[in-house]
Amino acid sequence: MMKSLLSDQSLRLIETAIAKYPEGRKQSAVMAALTIAQDEHGYLSTDVLNEVARILEMSPMAVYEVASFYSMYRLKPAGRYTLTLCTNLPCALQGAGSAAQYLKSKLNIDFGETTKDGMFTLQQGECMGACGDGPIVLVNHKKMCAKMTREAVDAFIDDLYGSAGKDKR
Amino acid sequence: MNTPTMLNFGAGAILLSGLTGDNWRLADYRARGGYKALEKILENPNHWTPDQIIAEVKLSSLRGRGGAGFPTGMKWSFMPRHAPEKYLVCNADESEPGTFKDRDLLRYNPHLVLEGMIIAAYAMGCARGYIYIHGEIWECYERMEEVLKEAREAGLIGKNILGSPFSFEVFNHHGFGAYICGEETAMLESLEGKKGQPRYKPPFPANVGLYGKPTTINNVETLANVPYIILNGGQRFLELGQPNAGGTKIFSISGDVKRPGNYELPMGTPFTVLLNLAGGVREGHMLKAVIPGGSSSPVVPASTMLDTKLDYDSIAKAGSMMGSGAVIVIDNSRCMVKSLLRLSEFYHEESCGQCTPCREGTGWMVKILHRLEHGEGREGDLETLDQVAHNIMGRTICALGDAAAMPVRSFLKHFRDEFDFHIKNRRCQVQDYV
Ligand SMILES: Cc1cc2nc3c(=O)[nH]c(=O)nc-3n(C[C@H](O)[C@H](O)[C@H](O)COP(=O)(O)O)c2cc1C
Ligand code: FES
Repeated sequence: MMKSLLSDQSLRLIETAIAKYPEGRKQSAVMAALTIAQDEHGYLSTDVLNEVARILEMSPMAVYEVASFYSMYRLKPAGRYTLTLCTNLPCALQGAGSAAQYLKSKLNIDFGETTKDGMFTLQQGECMGACGDGPIVLVNHKKMCAKMTREAVDAFIDDLYGSAGKDKR
Repeated sequence: MNTPTMLNFGAGAILLSGLTGDNWRLADYRARGGYKALEKILENPNHWTPDQIIAEVKLSSLRGRGGAGFPTGMKWSFMPRHAPEKYLVCNADESEPGTFKDRDLLRYNPHLVLEGMIIAAYAMGCARGYIYIHGEIWECYERMEEVLKEAREAGLIGKNILGSPFSFEVFNHHGFGAYICGEETAMLESLEGKKGQPRYKPPFPANVGLYGKPTTINNVETLANVPYIILNGGQRFLELGQPNAGGTKIFSISGDVKRPGNYELPMGTPFTVLLNLAGGVREGHMLKAVIPGGSSSPVVPASTMLDTKLDYDSIAKAGSMMGSGAVIVIDNSRCMVKSLLRLSEFYHEESCGQCTPCREGTGWMVKILHRLEHGEGREGDLETLDQVAHNIMGRTICALGDAAAMPVRSFLKHFRDEFDFHIKNRRCQVQDYV
């Protein structure tokens, strides 16, 4: 058999996800499977999407539809850390505008861009359901960082550089 | 898990009471009387029949906390009695700008939500449930995985719960960035592994829901109220609130206040009480406007809001909606054109694209508002803007269209002078932008 594009661990996690749904409803696990695949590869290439389709016995088109509908699936490579700053109104009132400016100048990129060293992609996002703690930055769509003042941004970027140093891929 | 948002509750709190931010585990929940309501039911099934539970919830006047305020007992009674396969879905896709209460319930009192779910499933005869969790609060998803594991090991979910004949399986499902999946039928599509595009209603989910089977969808906070109702009776719950809306409400207050956060207060609490608890508006500023029920609810000018109580009827009388209980506070240093533009961008971004009035209309509204904000507004723009909003309302499959239109119409109605100023002077009336 051909080797899967996904690691054994990812395949196991996908099996666990499938088991959450009734017999014959594998497709329900597609969001989980895409998330697991993205965590492994950093983004979802066509080959990875096709592999998810094969595992879940879905048509590739149905998988592409899902991957392009939900905003946190990445269909193109990005920086090592994708930073998504919520700029919706409640966060904006609580300082997301200055957090945006500060992040852009510190990383020297605009929204939608990646730093030259490939470490950070910066983008704006919509409400993350955490407005009371705003401004909010979400790291790689999963780790939520609250109250992003200038000092918090400094500490947080240093921290990410630090942990990247420790486990270089 | 992150800096805890301040948990604020008074003597009457039933959802957040006793929480420290750390005592979320099963043992902690048990220590504060958790799972007593479920035990009460399972120990005395002859009294606590499904009908009796539904009657108690009806008596409590509990209304859905997800935004629409539909009476929960009535909703449960719509589920067909004898269908062989029925589902319960807990809506934890919270992403209406300004709303962040379900996140705190999930991370700080998760077993309360689960106990409510188990009782709801018992009352409606559902053998399987899903908790649909907003993808951005991934840490809550991980916590809920742990919580379900604890509950399963303790025999609280799964086969023959606490040794009774009742079985109920629960699983977590995460979203991954789509506001529309909070709409209940979009959520069902998403659970089935598809794009989250809302379905036509009828048929309603109670008849044709998940996998085509009868399904009830309830908000996190709605379900969290159920154990109290069983333990203390619907009448007690009713008396905590207002005659047609029992209980407390968690208000998420954000924006221009000193202490944004969640505050659990009785239904009918004056807005000024909430504002004071949140520390009032920022130093040196004055209240200008309040969006009282999440970004989709019409904006209310300060003078009206300061006289309004926080319950369904009072907020409706003030021209808006209770919605999800998310109170966004805007002070006099903010530009209303810019504020509305940001909200309109959100609805345009999140429109699922199925219905033309919503897909195109939200785009036109952004275009016009963008023009106004950047000093390029034209004569007649405001009329066009209002007309576009008007034409979206009531012409879409789901309520996202209305949700996009209501802010626009209300901002124009109450703050017309700021919009006019932008057109005439090609700049903003206030100094400090959002
Ligand atoms: C665009 C849109 C978004 C919604 N988002 C949510 C949400 O995030 N959470 C929620 O509980 N209900 C949301 N709702 C309401 C749900 O459709 C549904 O009414 C609710 O979950 C029912 O639960 P309840 O009766 O307990 O309130 C949304 C509705 C619309 C139209
Ligand atoms: S507005 Fe930023 S998290 Fe809600």
